[in-house]
Parts: sequence; C-alpha cells; structure tokens
Amino acid sequence: MERPDDFEKRREHLKGLSDEELKQRFWQLAEEIVRPLYELAWSHTSPSIERSVLLRMGFSSLEAKAIVSGLEKRGLLGKGAGRAVLEYAAMTGSHYLEAGRALSEGKGWEELSRRLGGVTR
Amino acid sequence: MSENELRLSPNEKMDIQKILEDLEHYRPRRKGWVWREKHPLQKIGPFEYRNTSTGLKRFVPLPAAKYFGGIDPQPDFTITSEIASGRFEDDLRRMRMAAWHGADHIMVIRTTGQSHIDGLLEGTPEGVGGIPITRKQLRATRKALDLIEDEVGRPINLHSYVSGVAGPEIAVLFAEEGVNGAHQDPQYNILYRNVNMVRSFVDAACAKKVMASVGMLQIDGAHNANATAREAWKVMPELLVQHAINCAFSTMVGMPKENIALSTVPPTAPPAPCLALDLPYAVALRWLFSGYKIRAQQNTRYIESDMREATVTHVLNLLVSRLTSADIQSTITPDEGRNVPWHYNNIAAVDTAKQVLSGLDSLKELVEIKRDGLVKERVRELVERAVLFLEEIKEKGGYFNAVASGFFVDSGYYPERNGDGIKRDIDGGVGAGTVVPRDPDYMAPVCHHFGYNKLPEGLSKPCDLIGGCTLCNPDKIVYIDELDPEDNVYKRLEKVRREKEAGLIRPEVQWAGDGYITMTMFFAEPADVAEAAAIAVAEKLGLEEPLVIHKGIMHPAEGTLIELKARVPVAVRRDELKIPEKPEILSPDEIREDVRQNPMTVVAATVGEDEHSVGMREIIDIKHGGIESFGIRAVYLGTSVPVEKVVNAAIEHDADAILISTIITHADVHKKNMERLHKLCVEKGVRDRFILVGGGTQVTDEMAKSCGLDAGFGRGTKGIHVASFLVKRRRELRKRREGEK
Repeated sequence: MERPDDFEKRREHLKGLSDEELKQRFWQLAEEIVRPLYELAWSHTSPSIERSVLLRMGFSSLEAKAIVSGLEKRGLLGKGAGRAVLEYAAMTGSHYLEAGRALSEGKGWEELSRRLGGVTR
Repeated sequence: MSENELRLSPNEKMDIQKILEDLEHYRPRRKGWVWREKHPLQKIGPFEYRNTSTGLKRFVPLPAAKYFGGIDPQPDFTITSEIASGRFEDDLRRMRMAAWHGADHIMVIRTTGQSHIDGLLEGTPEGVGGIPITRKQLRATRKALDLIEDEVGRPINLHSYVSGVAGPEIAVLFAEEGVNGAHQDPQYNILYRNVNMVRSFVDAACAKKVMASVGMLQIDGAHNANATAREAWKVMPELLVQHAINCAFSTMVGMPKENIALSTVPPTAPPAPCLALDLPYAVALRWLFSGYKIRAQQNTRYIESDMREATVTHVLNLLVSRLTSADIQSTITPDEGRNVPWHYNNIAAVDTAKQVLSGLDSLKELVEIKRDGLVKERVRELVERAVLFLEEIKEKGGYFNAVASGFFVDSGYYPERNGDGIKRDIDGGVGAGTVVPRDPDYMAPVCHHFGYNKLPEGLSKPCDLIGGCTLCNPDKIVYIDELDPEDNVYKRLEKVRREKEAGLIRPEVQWAGDGYITMTMFFAEPADVAEAAAIAVAEKLGLEEPLVIHKGIMHPAEGTLIELKARVPVAVRRDELKIPEKPEILSPDEIREDVRQNPMTVVAATVGEDEHSVGMREIIDIKHGGIESFGIRAVYLGTSVPVEKVVNAAIEHDADAILISTIITHADVHKKNMERLHKLCVEKGVRDRFILVGGGTQVTDEMAKSCGLDAGFGRGTKGIHVASFLVKRRRELRKRREGEK
C-alpha cells in the first residue's frame, strides 16, 4: 500500500487528548492487539514447546526430538508429550524415563497411538 | 576439581583445558540478572561522582587515569560487550579482557542459521558470525565467567538469544544453565528470520514464562528495524509499536515489567542533526514505557569502515543515554562495519562507553532537557503517530493481518506508506503448519509451563507427578558432551597446544594465533591506485591474504589513507626474544615527596655542536610532564654547549646531577661527548658529586654506562623515567656514602 503522509488529517480525533490520555490509549490498544495472540498461545502447542516439556522431564535433546517427531507423525502432539510418555509408562508399567527412551528408539508407538486415538499422517 | 583449585591469577593466562574439565557436574552459582550497586554520591580519588557504582577489585583503567591516582570509576549503567567470534574458547579470553575494562554484560551472538534449527545443538562446533549455542558451550562460558567475576569483584551477566523455531527449548536450556539475560521477541522471528508468525507467538509465550521463572532479563528485538530500514529515523513510530506489542504480550504472560528491557537505538547519525531527532525519541520512549528497563544500544545502521566516525557517533549515543537514562548501555565495536569484531575493538568500545559516561558524570546537575518547544512537539507527534499505527492494526483485523499486508518496516514515516514493508504470510515461513490445538486432556507434568494444562487435582506443583523436573532438580538434566568427533573444541585446542609447546608466538585478532595484522598506509595517490599499491606493498612484504579494510579519501588527487589486514606467514620463538628488563619506576607521589624533603637541582644542556633542543625540553618541561613537574629544579643551558661549561655550571649551582643530550651520531660524536663528560668530572675531582645522565635518540643505557655515565636514556623516554632514576640513584649513593663512613 502507498499513501502520502496524512498525519494532520488522521490525528484529528487525538488532538483533544491530554498527554496522559494519549499514553493510556496507546497501552489500551497494545493490550487489545496482543490479547488474541495470548489466547492463541494459551490453547495451542508446538513441537518446540513439547520438546521443552520433555527436556524439563529429564530427557536429552536427542530423545526429545525423536519422541516429538513420533507424536507429530501420529497427530498426537495435542495430547502433550508429557502426557503421552506418562501414558506409555503406565501401559508398560515402567518408569517414565525408560518409557520415553523406548519411544525415542521407535518402540511402542502402535500401542500408544491406539490408546491415545492417533492417526497416521 | 573443587572450585578453590580453579582460580585466576592476574599474571597468568586462563587455562581453557581446566575450564572444560568436569562440565558434566557444573552447576550455575546463581540464576537471574544482577544490576550494578549504584551510589548517588561517591568519592573516587580526588573527585565526587553522582553516577557511579561500586568499583572493581581488578581493572585496566583509562590511559589518562595515571594522572588521577589510577582510578577507574565504574558508571551506574551495566555495560554490554558482544563477544562471539565463532570459537567460544577464544572468546573466553576476550571476555576476561572486557571484564577488566568494565563490561558486566556479555552477549553471545548465535551462529548463522541457528534460529532455523528446529531443536537444540550439542557439543562445541565452530560457528560462523557467532557461536553455536549449546549446553556445553554455555556451561564452559558460565564457569569461566564465575572465575572472571571473582577476579574483578563484580557479577557478570551472560546473555544470548531465545529466538528462532526452538525458542521454548532454548529458554529451558538457559533457565537450567543460569543464563542471566536473553533477547526474546516474536516479532523479530517473523520480520527478520521469516519464522511462521503463529508458531512464533505460541512459542514465545512458553519461552517467556520459563524465562520469568528464573528472573532472566528479557531484551526485545525492536532495534533491528533501525538496522534494516532505509531511513532509520522514519521507523520511530513503528518502533514504539513493536516495543509495546512485545511488552504487553510479555507482561500478560507473567513477566514482571522490571525484567523487560527495551532495546532502543538512537536512530540517526551525523551528518544528520541527530540529537534533534534522537533526543525527543529517547524522551518519548522513557515516558511511554515508564517502569520498563532501557537497554541503550549504539547505532549500527550508519557505521562504515571508518572507526573514527563510528566512535564519534557512539559518543553522541552515549550523550543521549546520559541526558535521559539507561539501565544497560550496550556497545558496538568500532570495527562492526568491517568484520566480526576483533579482541581489542570490543575493549575499545567498552572503554569508549566508560570514558564518556565517566566524563559526563553529574550532567543532569548541570543541564536539563528543555521540555517545551522542540522536545514537547516531537514527543507528542511520535506518540500520536504510534497510536494511529496501533489503531490501524486493529482496523485491519489484528496483528497477523497487519503483518500479512506489509505494515512493518515500511520506509514511510507512518502514516506515510511507501509499500516496501516486509510482508509475511500467515501460512508461510519456517515452522508453518506445526502448531496444533491442545486437546482437552493435554497435560505437561513440569513447572513454569505456560498455557492450558489438564493436571490431576491436588498437586502442590506439576512436577510432583514425575518426582521433580529439571528446573526443580538439576540432577535430572541430561548433559551431552560432543556429537561430532572432528568439529569440536578439543581438536581446535590441540593445534593451539602444539604451537604453545613449540614456544611459538603469532599475532592474533580473534582466534588463538590466527596471524592477522593490520597496516596503516598513506599514498599520495587517488583511491583506486592507493588500494592497488597497498596490496602490492603487502605482497612484497610477504604478507598473505592482504585485504583493504578501509579507504579514506584525503583528496581526490592528493592522497588516500589505506588500512589493510593480512596474515603474517611467520611465527617467532618466545625463547629467542630479547625482552629488556623493565626499570622499576617510582610513583609520581613518591618522587615528589622525596624531592620535597631533599631538594634536587640538575644542570642540563645539549652538548657539542648540536642544535637539537626538543628531546631535552620534553624531559625537563613541566608542561610535558618533565622532571620539573616533580619539583626538580632544572638549570637549562641551551644547545651546542661545550661539555666543560656544563660541568662548571653544575659546580656553580651545586647540582645533584648533569643531564646531557646528544643527538648527532656522526663519527660516534655522541659517545665521545659522554666519555668527555665523565672524564672531565674525574679530572676536576667532582665525579662523586654528580649523577651523570646521557640522553638521545641513539643512546642506550648500556652505551652510556660503557662511557662512564650513571645512566642513558633513549627513544621513548619520559620525564618520570629520568626523575625516578635520579631519586633512586641519589638514595643509592647516599647509602653507599653512609656505609663508607
């Protein structure tokens, strides 16, 4: 879009505001703009977010990468990597770190996918 | 190895091998950011300061400090140095140098392309234009900084980047490893790294929450608009908008305002009337964003290869910081326009900041910004333009639509639009299509996790489910040492060790013994001829890879300044170097006190048929810091004085010493003059009464002594060297006489 500098025309409605009112308007607009972004972030996740969960659970970066890529392939990322690993640990009766390592080595995906209702993408 | 065994000693190089040992068990000694301890009024040396902080235990002061008792006042602002040469092990040494000069915020730039790597890197591969940020590299760096901060006596903040497509993982890594500050701004990813906008914001919320959990300081990425815009001052309204979006998003996620810093740059540089544009902008920012921290960056947009020009621009930037405020004063190296910064240019930039901020101490007690007139008008206009920008984002249907329609980094001064903004597609960019909704049974059993999380009820904290997460129990962190058997720090250090064991020394600018030097040349030729001539000269000198790094036109026809870098093909052997023993110099105060208690007179002259007077005047004159400035009385007889006349004058004035200058060396006349002085004194029976000193460009101490004098001083001698010698020699002679009695 190209447009000449029409500042004088556009600012008409701001002219009457005091400096403090202008500042308040600035921040109110900023918050209104980021609110939907905040809500989007609240209700969504990503591969990096899920790897960050696995790191915090005590997996290595290599293991986290393999587990998350397995979840993505089967449409299970929305469950959360932590939930998936704990679910598999419960299914196999093993410690969650062992369960996660098995998944990172490509084991157990079919059972887990069936349990969590995954699809193959 | 216990911490106590690893300690730095000021006269020894840091042992990188030892720092690399046992990193598996290294734990950061603290988390979160540390500010300097400010003092509203502090006496340092003979002066009162109003804008300083607690001083350092060990430091390298500014060169002129020697006139003020060697003081090194530390300004109230945290000072940043960006250090990232591609090899972190060499950067550790540079960090130590920077800390001694006054940097307490070390920023490590990431290697090219790391922001597009979907995951963490491990090990210690070599970087390009920055450092591959990995757990091992961070541990080694933080461990080295622990040692360095103990050495200088002030906490040092380590900083890098939580951006790109692996933001949340990097935030966790940084929180685990005690990284104290980080850039985090989803807009930066979108506009400058073409990371998908949805992914960028969703990831950012998670990353920010983790950062907030350890008190990490966040710096935004708005300054990049200055660095990329065609006319950087025209993006000022947009910059206010970018800061606001990141600030509002961060506080909403739970980051406290005081941990959020705005990265702001004075947008213009001379020959623009930059203060008239930069100052109102700085005032607007500080007013609009009260409660947030200000990270004042220096201008890079208009930095060319001329280091003098860059430094002057940066001095003006520092003036803006002092006139308004800053919490962090970042520095840009004066060679930024030439290459990845070199060791000594980081130091130059830190010294520039320290020098200017010290020099401008108490400025606000002397002058204040005129709040009406130009400043008031321009602040109001900038904020109104920014408000209009925000209004139009809303009208467009929100942030994503605004980005998609090219709102940002347009070269027009908003609301002017030139249609050249950066456009990104909501479904495009790196990581597009990877974000998914969280299911109703989504769960993450870890602490400080942002967003919807269906945890079982009754937990005191989320990680109870797994017996603790790494943020609560660091022993759960999995440390990976190296993944690449060839591209790692041990292989690189092997070569360094071989050279060291062979006793070889080479010059360096960034990597151990890289062999680079620079040469400055002037040619009385136009620029193109001068450039070719410089390369030809370098080649004839046997230098390798010569490259012209700066050309300065003095006149289109009369001459050109050339700066050239090249690699020297040789190394020198440490054991073959002739290193003259340093004479110990007394302090100026000690010399003055000695002379005050026992007045001293010297007779001085240039002897023989010799009209040179400059050297001797430099040694004597009070205005050159000569011996007179220490209270020594000097009787100067002039030039071409016969030696006999000098001796007679010394007897007449009952002098303590005779100083002769002898510059001409034709037929060894300088040696003959010195011998004659000694012999004449012996003949007259006064040799014991006088300290005899010879000086001149070709004179050495050895030569003067072989001619019978007490000492000789050559090129580069200062008054203090001579004064110190005279005082010490007089003490020795007295002691000897007392012993003889």
